[in-house]
Amino acid sequence: MFEIGLGHYLTLGAIIFTIGIAGIFLNRKNIIVILMSIELILLAVNINLVSFSIFINDLAGQIFTLFILTVAAAEAAIGLAIIVVYYRNSGTIRVEEIDKLKG
Amino acid sequence: MIDLNLISPEIFISLSLMFLLIVGVYKKNSSNFIYNLTILSLFVLLALILNLSHIEEAFIFDQSYKIDDLSTFMKILTVISAIFVMLTSSKYLKLTKIFKIEYPVLVLSSILGMMVMISSNDLIVFYMGLELQSLSLYVLASFNRDNLLSTESGLKYFILSALSSGILLYGFSLIYGFSGSTNFNEISINISDFQYGLTFGIVFILVGLAFKISAVPFHMWAPDVYQGSPTSVTIFFAILPKIAALTVFIRFLYVPFVNMIDQWQMIVIFLSIASMAFGAVAAIGQKNLKRLVAYSSISHMGYALAGLTTVTNEGIQSSIIYMSIYLVMNLALFSCIFMMRRNENYFENIDDLSGLSKNHPILSFAMLIILFSLAGIPPLAGFFAKFYIFKAVIEQSMYFLAIVGLLSTVIAAFYYLRIIKIIYFDPEKEKYDTDHHIGLKISLLLSTVFILIYFIYPNSLIDLVSKINII
Repeated sequence: MFEIGLGHYLTLGAIIFTIGIAGIFLNRKNIIVILMSIELILLAVNINLVSFSIFINDLAGQIFTLFILTVAAAEAAIGLAIIVVYYRNSGTIRVEEIDKLKG
Repeated sequence: MIDLNLISPEIFISLSLMFLLIVGVYKKNSSNFIYNLTILSLFVLLALILNLSHIEEAFIFDQSYKIDDLSTFMKILTVISAIFVMLTSSKYLKLTKIFKIEYPVLVLSSILGMMVMISSNDLIVFYMGLELQSLSLYVLASFNRDNLLSTESGLKYFILSALSSGILLYGFSLIYGFSGSTNFNEISINISDFQYGLTFGIVFILVGLAFKISAVPFHMWAPDVYQGSPTSVTIFFAILPKIAALTVFIRFLYVPFVNMIDQWQMIVIFLSIASMAFGAVAAIGQKNLKRLVAYSSISHMGYALAGLTTVTNEGIQSSIIYMSIYLVMNLALFSCIFMMRRNENYFENIDDLSGLSKNHPILSFAMLIILFSLAGIPPLAGFFAKFYIFKAVIEQSMYFLAIVGLLSTVIAAFYYLRIIKIIYFDPEKEKYDTDHHIGLKISLLLSTVFILIYFIYPNSLIDLVSKINII
């Protein structure tokens, strides 16, 4: 019988993490997509932590997950607020056009 | 029974920041009042930390929070520099119309985050401290919300910092999984046998920390954020988060990963060499002073990291001394930048310094001292900072690192000397205003005097730092 083990969960976590990182660097369109990619990265970490926590019989990992979820919500709130403020000044949130600071 | 006395500074700062927020909301036009109260509470905070400074090592909350000589010293450094940052920036905030009650409250909450980071002895506690610091800093960077550059720098800082937190957390999850604990002490016991997962975890964590300390190749946010944010926030960025980030670097390398030296030593050496060389070369073509400071701080972080690669107490102590002297020099340099003001407008380009010596001989002389010290010319404090680092590195026969460091010092001297040439030999411009705030004058005076006379009493700082023995 096919059994789902720790390795499968870790692979899933690694794939989601990679999608998140790639989403940040390959995306040329919209900052909202970057916010979603950051959430994906944090979710990948949560999958890792919960699966580790179950396989080594230690609760600390699941507690860590709750903290990460809370912080992720706060981070998304602040991120959206900064995006709104930026949009009011520049009139765009296209990633290519965020280039006033360079040198 | 938990001895809550040990975290009295943290309790005090959280209470005072909540109190200040409530007062600020209920009392109309209270920004000045809140600002002064914040400075006062920072002084009280300093007293509370000094009160605990006799403790050599103490753990609380099931060993997840650690108070020792390193954490006390770094906390004192953080609070003192925060006081000076607040003193220097009040007039700037008023003139740029961002003197609001939220500003000091955000500063306080980020300091609370830094103190938690500095004292953390557990992955969860460290993460909470880091996020408390970062979330406040995102808002501070974009504090001038009607200014396009400020909001853009806040946006860039937010994206890259959140990315680095994600990478750091992925490393945490691997370390937790393969060592079975989130506590630093237990990780260092369990980590001894070699596993691929642990190596990956260490690499991810080092990448995340390198982002926070802005070491090459993870430095790309620093110049943009330094240039775009309000100058009062730039000085904050250039000093305080670096102290906390360097402390957690020391903590991570020498507590949980102390048995994995072979795995991390080459990575940190690479970060150090790349930062020293890149920071020196990239700063040459800059026109904006704040951007130049960003590149020079990348280079300086490289030197501070070089001390950490030696795996000796002398190396770590030399890094801490380097950090202390570096932040005094940065404070002095930014005080000079704050003084470049004409008719309520602040100037921040290198060209604006042209011929400064004709109209402002004292300010120019202070800048001369500061820039010579940043370039590492004896007998100023900056020379000693670099000297201790090179001494520690050469004692471990890491000659390549020392040679790259010396070469980049020479390259860096070029752009510091170019500014001096512009100040002293270029055609003069209009006079700047001279009615500066007393806090700004005091901090420029104190920091310049410190740089100038450090060589008379070098032992006072060395004695303080030599108590910090990590290994």
